[in-house]
Amino acid sequence: MTASQVIFYILSAFILGTAVLSVTTAKIFRSAIWLLFSLIGVAGLYFWLEVEFIAAVQIVVYVGGIVVLIIFSIFLTQQSGKEMLKASMLRNIASILSVLFGFALTYNLIYNNNFQAKDKPFDWTVNKIGTQMLETGENGYALPFEVVSILLLAAMVGCIVIAIKSKPEEKNG
Amino acid sequence: MADIPISHILFVSTALFFIGMYGLFTRRNMITVLMSIEIILNSVNINFVVFNKYLYPDRLDGIFFTIFIITIAAAEAAVAIAIIINLYRSHRSIDVESAEEMKY
Repeated sequence: MTASQVIFYILSAFILGTAVLSVTTAKIFRSAIWLLFSLIGVAGLYFWLEVEFIAAVQIVVYVGGIVVLIIFSIFLTQQSGKEMLKASMLRNIASILSVLFGFALTYNLIYNNNFQAKDKPFDWTVNKIGTQMLETGENGYALPFEVVSILLLAAMVGCIVIAIKSKPEEKNG
Repeated sequence: MADIPISHILFVSTALFFIGMYGLFTRRNMITVLMSIEIILNSVNINFVVFNKYLYPDRLDGIFFTIFIITIAAAEAAVAIAIIINLYRSHRSIDVESAEEMKY
């Protein structure tokens, strides 16, 4: 086994192990921290795949943004040391069985498909990504880019409208 | 790099997807449901990058889809947390069962 293979299998085991802990642990704050480690592992996988730009975006947006947001909301809504309610045994077994069955079915399809990697190197640069992102031609992504910017604005306004405290009635006159 | 077959990387993303599904099935707390959704979105992103890198190395579409999915996931998490905090103010609980009057 080469070093690259060893790194890949260690990263995969890390990602899957922390993800399993994140969905099974009983305390919600620990669950968030395991999710953080899993997301860092996925960023490491992107580094292993040599797409460093996506790895950087993953760390900035997921690890720096979403996980911090989730931890804040945990602190705002409940005691972090409290154990969560467990699902019933029947529900647990049924979910494990359905998940295993779905995994077997999907991976069977993937395994028999026998994807052949092209031998060409993957040439991306941040320059190319930026140019194609703002291009209006045939392969350009200018329209989705604008739509996403409007979506982010709408989400921001929506968050403020949903979470704002309504004023007490007597002050409104 | 080419000494790992594609199916091994797809094994990781498929397993991650179904771990997220398991969390979605068993968790009752809304924040943990949101965390399971993030895991599922991550597995999809890995798939996009791997297919782009190995099967279509001269194009960049998988990279763009990954970037857009990450953006939309951030927006979705922010809106979901605003809704959860608002629900906590009115119900004092973020269990999915306590929000069942939203169905009617």
